[in-house]
Amino acid sequence: MSDPRADAVDAPADAPAVTRAALAAGARPRRLGALYVAEHQLRAMRAYGWTIVVGGVGQPLVYLLGIGLGLAAFLDTSVADGADGPVGYVEFVAPALLVTASVGVAVDEFTYAVMNGFKWRRLYWAVNASPVSPPQLAAGVVLAVAARMLLTAAAYYALVLAFGAVEHPLRGALLPLVGVLTGLAFGLPLLAYSASLTDDRGQFALVQRFVFTPLFLFSGTFYPLATMPAALQWVGWLSPVWHGAELGRALSYGAPPGAWPAWAHLAVLLAQAGVGAWAARRVFLRRLRS
Amino acid sequence: MAPAPDADGAPRPAPVAPAPVAPASVEPAPVAPASVATRPRAGTPAVVARGLTKRFGETTAVDGIDLEVAPGESFGLLGPNGAGKSTTMRMIGAVSSRSGGDLRVLGLDPDTHGPEIRSQLGVVPQEDNLDTELRARENLVVYGRYFGLSRRVCAERAAELLAFAQLEDKAEAKVDSLSGGMKRRLTIARALINEPRVLMLDEPTTGLDPQARHVLWDRLFRLKERGTTLVLTTHHMDEAEQLCDRLVVVDHGRIMAEGSPAELIRRWSTREVVELRFGSDRNAEAALRLDGLADRVEVLPDRVLLYTDDGEALLARVADRGLHPTTSLVRRSSLEDVFLRLTGRSLVE
Repeated sequence: MSDPRADAVDAPADAPAVTRAALAAGARPRRLGALYVAEHQLRAMRAYGWTIVVGGVGQPLVYLLGIGLGLAAFLDTSVADGADGPVGYVEFVAPALLVTASVGVAVDEFTYAVMNGFKWRRLYWAVNASPVSPPQLAAGVVLAVAARMLLTAAAYYALVLAFGAVEHPLRGALLPLVGVLTGLAFGLPLLAYSASLTDDRGQFALVQRFVFTPLFLFSGTFYPLATMPAALQWVGWLSPVWHGAELGRALSYGAPPGAWPAWAHLAVLLAQAGVGAWAARRVFLRRLRS
Repeated sequence: MAPAPDADGAPRPAPVAPAPVAPASVEPAPVAPASVATRPRAGTPAVVARGLTKRFGETTAVDGIDLEVAPGESFGLLGPNGAGKSTTMRMIGAVSSRSGGDLRVLGLDPDTHGPEIRSQLGVVPQEDNLDTELRARENLVVYGRYFGLSRRVCAERAAELLAFAQLEDKAEAKVDSLSGGMKRRLTIARALINEPRVLMLDEPTTGLDPQARHVLWDRLFRLKERGTTLVLTTHHMDEAEQLCDRLVVVDHGRIMAEGSPAELIRRWSTREVVELRFGSDRNAEAALRLDGLADRVEVLPDRVLLYTDDGEALLARVADRGLHPTTSLVRRSSLEDVFLRLTGRSLVE
């Protein structure tokens, strides 16, 4: 039908017509299946698009105003240094808030929505009956969520710019991408976990309260991780939020001497996302191909 | 990577009951998509299974079944819940790998050519899994994309299929606002978006009210008339009799019998059945006194079944013995009787 090469490579000349038609028709979905899933997901997100936009712009606005006009005005000494000495409080907090917003998208999209797909509305089973494979399904879901993360993080960055809270606006333009990577470093393991659950017995509420919120608070978001008691600093080292925030700060105003190098943060985030992707792929396969 | 052609070269038993070719329909539109109608009926079997087995740990859900579905045929798997019907459907649908035996769908091995096989199937699951965030038409369009169809083709087919499913005026309705029967028809329309060679239906009308079932059967019958291969599971005898050219009776993962509904009834039951009710406590006792009257007697908790070729005559002989059931009924044998005979159990508990 579409790709004549599939015929030539795959089908022996004497294969029956139905077999050859099947071989031809399978070629496109084998290549593009993940994109079709992403297209569907994004279309469905339009149903709550208003919430996404208002949340995506409103939340940073509230944080930046609150911190910029309130907390920052109240603090008279700088809490952190950049490459060129002390930095303003809003500058320090902005990259952390940006990556946290992206992690918030992950919490939104990789918990109840996944349960919807496997169990409540069984949407994933409909996709499963099509030529699209379970790994493609997982990849498509992730692509759509990454698109929403990018939108959220880009809106955040626009507001950060408007507040003048970035020292190197051009380098800082990479912040939305750091946001997406951080969101995935947190989100892909979460996706694997959610996909492995057959029942919601309150686990998602626990993730929200005892994983997301502590990470947000103990990841050097509002003060440098080094000011935390040493016994608690490991939370930050494990936390994608800390690595993302530090990477974002290095881009925004440069890392102070003695800080972890940017590539180390990048490597941790990539490793976390990679392990999550591997696990999610496995769980999707196991669940949909029993 | 080459598809195994051996399924094609293997000796192929003739289907027991070739699908009757329906005369050209005199019905006006709505019609099924034309390409469904024009598919040739002869050729590569849609499905060939030999010794097909599926084990889950210690349990054997499907225990070495053989079956073959010819193109254009309407084939049913009849059996109680848990008989292995859905597992068989999942293996044919290339979403569950077999533990043993051989399986070819459209000449291809599901283990190596899953996407290719699924590109040619339409699947109607037991539970509707429509996207309730989307409208009826969008559900069809979005689903068509999974088969690599262009948006334009998806839109055209969605319009045709909404007409076929008698849902034209619901095209822009939210899925949640549709009735159970409408959702079912929309699910069937969605399964047809890729113009499948084989439409697989798992318990298509379970849970629908009688009127909605008849509307659905009518739609499925039209597809059958137009040559679409149907493979369906059901535990409703009337559904099997309505829709299937040929069926297998499945129990405990094994095939108990195979044939057309009429053949199965002829072979495994009598022409007529007399149903007598004496009251729950007295059925067993009364059955003792009915000994020798019928070819076969089945005592169920609520009634006694007498198998015979002449129900009225038998009823007279029952009265001659001085037995007076509270109610009596003479009816034709059905697949329910076949199932009872084969398994000793009722289909619907």
